[in-house]
Amino acid sequence: MKKKNLYFLLNISVVILITFFIIIANKNLDSYVIRILNLCAIYIILGVSLNLINGFTGQFSLGHAGFMAIGAYVSALLYMSPELKEANYFITPLIWPLSVIQIPFVFSLIIAGLISAGVGFLVGVPCLRLKGDYLAIVTFGFSEIIRVTFNNLQNVTNGPIGLKGLPIYTNLWWSFGIAILTVVVVKNLINSSYGRALKSIRENETAAEAMGVSLFFHKSLAFAIGAFFAGLGGALLGSFIMTIDPNTFSFLLTFQLIVIVIVGGLGSITGTIISAIIITVLMELLRSVEAPMNIFGLHLPGVPGMRMLVFAILLMTVVLFFKKGLMGKKEWSWDGLFKKIFPMQREIEKGN
Amino acid sequence: MSVLKADNITMQFGGLTAVSKFFIELKEGELVGLIGPNGAGKTTIFNMLTGTYKPTKGKIYFYNKEINGKGVDRITSLGIARTFQNIRLFSDLSVLDNVKVGTHVHIKSSVWKTITHWPSYLYEEEKIHERAIDLLKIVHLENLKNHLAGSLPYGEQRRLEIARALATSPKLLLLDEPAAGMNPQESKDLMKFITEIQNRFQLTIILIEHDMKVVMGICRRIVVLDYGKTIAEGNPSEIQNNPEVIKAYLGVEATNYA
Amino acid sequence: MTYNALLQNLSNGISLGFLFALIAIGYSMVYGILNLINFAHGDIFMMATFFAYYAIIIFSLPWGLAFFVAIFLTILLGVSVDRFAYRPLRNSPRISCLCSAIGMSFLLENFAIVVFGGRPKAFFRPEIFTKMHTLFGVRIHSVSIITPIIAILALLVLTYIVHRTKVGLAMRAISRDFDTANLMGININKTIAFTFAIGSALAAIGAILWALRYPQIYPYMGIFPGWRAFAAAIMGGIGSIRGATLGGFLVGILTIMIVVFLPALAGYKDAFIFIGVIVVLLFKPKGLFGEE
Repeated sequence: MKKKNLYFLLNISVVILITFFIIIANKNLDSYVIRILNLCAIYIILGVSLNLINGFTGQFSLGHAGFMAIGAYVSALLYMSPELKEANYFITPLIWPLSVIQIPFVFSLIIAGLISAGVGFLVGVPCLRLKGDYLAIVTFGFSEIIRVTFNNLQNVTNGPIGLKGLPIYTNLWWSFGIAILTVVVVKNLINSSYGRALKSIRENETAAEAMGVSLFFHKSLAFAIGAFFAGLGGALLGSFIMTIDPNTFSFLLTFQLIVIVIVGGLGSITGTIISAIIITVLMELLRSVEAPMNIFGLHLPGVPGMRMLVFAILLMTVVLFFKKGLMGKKEWSWDGLFKKIFPMQREIEKGN
Repeated sequence: MSVLKADNITMQFGGLTAVSKFFIELKEGELVGLIGPNGAGKTTIFNMLTGTYKPTKGKIYFYNKEINGKGVDRITSLGIARTFQNIRLFSDLSVLDNVKVGTHVHIKSSVWKTITHWPSYLYEEEKIHERAIDLLKIVHLENLKNHLAGSLPYGEQRRLEIARALATSPKLLLLDEPAAGMNPQESKDLMKFITEIQNRFQLTIILIEHDMKVVMGICRRIVVLDYGKTIAEGNPSEIQNNPEVIKAYLGVEATNYA
Repeated sequence: MTYNALLQNLSNGISLGFLFALIAIGYSMVYGILNLINFAHGDIFMMATFFAYYAIIIFSLPWGLAFFVAIFLTILLGVSVDRFAYRPLRNSPRISCLCSAIGMSFLLENFAIVVFGGRPKAFFRPEIFTKMHTLFGVRIHSVSIITPIIAILALLVLTYIVHRTKVGLAMRAISRDFDTANLMGININKTIAFTFAIGSALAAIGAILWALRYPQIYPYMGIFPGWRAFAAAIMGGIGSIRGATLGGFLVGILTIMIVVFLPALAGYKDAFIFIGVIVVLLFKPKGLFGEE
């Protein structure tokens, strides 16, 4: 059968396998492990969406936490019940009509994503002519402005108190489902003509423009789509950890995503996926280092800050010694896998 | 049919006048050479024609439509393509992808159709692939199609740049020193190549070059620039015998190439 | 508001401005020479206060000596950061340097949390720095008097170094044209190390003055002044010492004034800083006070 159809069937099989995995996991796995699986999936969403902007289009944005915050708050404000809202907004009541709205989780996600995308576009516009460090600063600035604004709009976001007692809608279906969606969308985009246009901007903006690639359209595209999925990720995170406040989405979070993307490889979706899983697991393992432990009767005091210290060292090590990260710009693909298993085939194809 | 008319365009950067009242009118199918000493303003003129710079004074018409101040990508979509003096390839992309980027400007599929792998998009991708392969065959690079553009030797990088520019389906092609760094045999091949693609794609071409063999060999009309001003215009033998030109630029060399 | 209160706030603003200026110069000089925003600068500032603190607490040094030791150690730290985190990446793409700088910043902050502990510590304040004085009928804290004096001295020394010594000439040459300076035989790495040394020294001086004024030190204390000083450097014109100084004043005075005159907007003061930075970067990238 044609190669394309084979690969398509293989992809479908993977999705089916994941479906079975989720069913089995929900029945049999420890809730702690399920928690980790959910977090892995969410970080895959966040990492891949960040890589679209930073890695593939070459726009080094430090504003991802801001898009996540918007996604989290917008969706929460839409799916929270009026009673829950009243309980939360005890100092300053929530403004109408938000105080009475309640819509199903799925719609709140879609709207959250779209609004994040809109903000992503708005952030991208001023960044059009900025490069490198300046772009990073401006996107970071926007993220901080969002954080500060959320911290002050008591009648909309409940200010520094944040929102507590959020219902847990996020489960393996949602997190894995949206993770797969993110990977498929970004992958299809990257391997298309639009994807080549984005990469050409990363390689050489002047030449890209000269070849007819509109910098405005394509940079906005990257920011909008990246922000869309960041918003979804933020929303899923919110409904998972049950409380959100403006400081949940701080630079620390963006930093973790940057580490994930750099370690995985700035131009590789596969790398980001692997890296997101490794780092999420690592973060959880290190969490135990921060809390006091009792091992064989020995009381080891917790070492707070150790987690982030290890992360910082990890980032420095990769940046200094393994610049391309795990995968560099390479992707894993069915094609690549077959070429490894059947090298004779590769020789024949090379002759073509 | 007037392809291009640059109507006394001037380019000033602060106090410096790089190009002064440059005039040219090109008909379809012409192959014009633009020569002059380094710093004469030749690349600046290219930059004005492609929209990188907006002329301080004067207007530019492409097929009788004014293109002053339009964006670079817009002008490319209208049909003007260029190569660069210092090669600007997409180094970390494959040779094939470099050429494919050139086709993007005329793509019909929307982002939505692309992401959902709509059949019309898949069909368009196939066509893009075929066209890119064809262009690579013309520049004899199709065997290297999966190599990274940055890994190619210099001469092949130059050819790739031309293939990429051709991918944008231009009507007017601006070549900025395509023969730079080539040996005599390569230059001869380049001359043949340029005339071939001109016929095949029905292009109008402006060529900036320092290699007089190439310029005198293929250009039927030559414009000479010095300190931002046109000092001579005519066919090769007229230019070679023009005292102003000889004084400013050519020296004894070019009289041997008549 | 009373005349008195106004003058007091003004003096606070000026004092703060000097502190921001001292830190901002570090950002500006490194950017001018390396085109790199040293994210870790604010954290080097933080480390200076801890160096001083431990010099006094653990080694029981007299405060004057402790301050000098702290400045010396901070210089070592700054130069090391360049040597190990930035120098290896001189020829790498910009993004690598950016990530290295961010990583270094987090590394220092969390190192401090692990080693020093996250709880704020009380910085030792020698007697003479805690008195209030009356100047022109206004009560001013002694730190507010000392800060401008020391800062101006430091700036004078800096100006002398930059404009009248060979090293300063080398620094200016490199920020003008990196490649040519290299070709002319200037030792790039040594000059860059010297730039970091000066920037760190100024940050250390600013840090000690800051800690005398706000005597609570903790690992994240470098973030607030760091970003303010950075904003000052950008708004004043990054790469320019004069710009950093004037920018520092602008930010210092604005910080105080917003809180005083527009208390309703006080919660947004962090946002204003970034709005200022964004506006300058978009419309006047060379900064408000021009280039040097």
